[in-house]
Amino acid sequence: MKRLVPIWITAIVGVVLIVANFLPGARSWGEEATTWFGIIAAVAFVLGGGSLLKVHLKKISDRNSGWAYSLIVLGTFSATLAVGLFKIGVSPNPAFPDVPWSGDVQGQGTPFWWVYEYVFKPLTATMFAMLAFYIASAAFRAFRAKNFEAVLLLGTAFIILLGRTFAGYFLTSWIPVDGPFSGLRIEEMSVYIMQVFNTAGNRAIIIGIALGIASTSLKILMGLDRSYLGGGD
Amino acid sequence: MKRPPSLPRSTPLSALVAVLSMLSIATAAFAAPPAPTDVVAKDLPADGGGSALVTWKIPVDVEGLEGFQVWRTESVSESDSRGANERAESLESIRSAAYENEYRRLVDVEGIAPEDAAIQARAVAREAIVGNQGDVTPAETGPHGRFWVLVDTVSPDDDKLLVGQLSVSDEYQFIVYTVVKNADGSVEKSVASAATGMVLPVASFIDVKRLPLLVILVLLCGAVLFFIFWARSGRPMTIRKIAGLSAVDEAVGRATEMGRPILYVPGIQDMDDLQTVAGVTVLGRVAKTAAEYDAKIEVPVSRSLVMSAARETVHSSYLTAGRTDAYNPDLIYYVTDEQFGYTAYVSGLIVREKPAACFYMGCFYAESLILAETGNSVGAIQIAGTAMPSQLPFFVAACDYTLIGEEFFAASAYLSGQPDQLGSLKGQDVGKLIVAAVLIIGCLLATVAVVTDNESLAGAIAWFKDSVLSA
Repeated sequence: MKRLVPIWITAIVGVVLIVANFLPGARSWGEEATTWFGIIAAVAFVLGGGSLLKVHLKKISDRNSGWAYSLIVLGTFSATLAVGLFKIGVSPNPAFPDVPWSGDVQGQGTPFWWVYEYVFKPLTATMFAMLAFYIASAAFRAFRAKNFEAVLLLGTAFIILLGRTFAGYFLTSWIPVDGPFSGLRIEEMSVYIMQVFNTAGNRAIIIGIALGIASTSLKILMGLDRSYLGGGD
Repeated sequence: MKRPPSLPRSTPLSALVAVLSMLSIATAAFAAPPAPTDVVAKDLPADGGGSALVTWKIPVDVEGLEGFQVWRTESVSESDSRGANERAESLESIRSAAYENEYRRLVDVEGIAPEDAAIQARAVAREAIVGNQGDVTPAETGPHGRFWVLVDTVSPDDDKLLVGQLSVSDEYQFIVYTVVKNADGSVEKSVASAATGMVLPVASFIDVKRLPLLVILVLLCGAVLFFIFWARSGRPMTIRKIAGLSAVDEAVGRATEMGRPILYVPGIQDMDDLQTVAGVTVLGRVAKTAAEYDAKIEVPVSRSLVMSAARETVHSSYLTAGRTDAYNPDLIYYVTDEQFGYTAYVSGLIVREKPAACFYMGCFYAESLILAETGNSVGAIQIAGTAMPSQLPFFVAACDYTLIGEEFFAASAYLSGQPDQLGSLKGQDVGKLIVAAVLIIGCLLATVAVVTDNESLAGAIAWFKDSVLSA
């Protein structure tokens, strides 16, 4: 029963979503199903919040290594929640000046906006910026000329890198643009590799993914694949 | 008075004619171009709703014709939104005027300190708004007493326009303007054409534009179902070895030997993403092996619903392995929905805990390389699987094994080894054969169309691209 009910719900909602794609009259059913997902996800969010509190409170109480970080997590979590939930420092909406909580919590200049703009955004930007260094280290490892395939990869990457910079343009600028050998200019080779070889490979992967998604969806709808429920009956 | 001899007797009449001619030429030079006639709008039949076809008759002998502008009436929601904006703007101007007047009066006339004056002026400004809630003058309307929204400008040869993205619950009228370019380079518009009748862009029972997609779906699903039943009838099914999935036991065994945990990341999307479902599927297998080997598996997730599903899956795996006593739900926990907040946590976890094996199975974006490189830096054996083409190169560069796209979705069948699941993979291969055949035939026909300059073949290929491939 514990398996059967979710399988039936999955099958019915899945069929409704497929039908809604082809029958415009049923489109609202599909939207309804999506709304249900939102409601379930919102309920699950309470579980997530509970899990967050439990994990970090336990870490603090056990004085595990790095427990101070947990303290910071809980402190900032509570502070942001309070600032957003109680609209601290938010001026009333000019159209409703007598209603104290009528202002926009995300409006420019509010404490919640300030937290987002000056704490959250710089932190996420910092994490994202680290990607540049990781790309360099990964490229260094990937482009080691260990065998023939690796040499090909290295050569292709070298052309693409050069083709995207002025150095590439400068090196082969002596080849006439409208001559028979214009395709040998590095920037032209770079564009050709990206448009032909790269696009062809990429599309092959995408077609495989699309077929995989269709097949997996069908198996889930028919209840053949129930491994996401833990498997078994 | 004697008339000058050089002028003929009819000079006054000629002069009048000449002046009138010049006036008429001048008037013609600055006259507005004629508006299109016979403007008709109809709901597009057999569609998904929200589309109407507008047609008109192109006026003849229009010099410098640049094109036609098609406008539609605004929808109810657009009307409400415009009304609300106008009201807000009006109230804001009343408030600021009242504030400014009162502040000046208090400071300049009564000599009150600026801080106190500002507080009192704010109170007066609020009162002024409350007293003027209903006094909002609506903006001026457009032609035919309605508000109009520009849909598009089309070329001078077009006498029709398919208008999409309309609300299926609103009625619309359309008008068309002729646009010309004068000799001096200025662009001029005609008066508005007569407005069309009301059109309600309703949806038909079936969306005909999507029928090609339905045919493809039936073909593909038919092939998958056929091979599932084929496999059930006892025919042998084989599947090639997928190195990434075969390495699961090796990775878990390594973690057990080293006495270090296993990290499992099921992507950063929710359960409505099939990649997350596939990730949770592989988690079941990894957790079962971990339970058998008595290894610790940690699953930080970025969505609450994924946490619930992952707990259920891991619990079932421990149950199947006969190790329910070892199951700890606290090791599967929610971190945050935020992409880089989650990345920061997992990176920190990898550096602190130094897991012996890292699995990244699901939907990833920019965080893929940050996680994989951090895992690589602590010497973990890493297995990744995703269907995000832009992230695959990063995983290939930084991980030991990578499940590329379809391999990732085939994991469930591969790991279960059940005949009907393997049969579905065979059906998938038939889909690939069909796609390959369409690709080859399409390429050949497109080449022939270009070489022979065959218009009907080129038209057929364009129809296939626009109707079937974009359905």
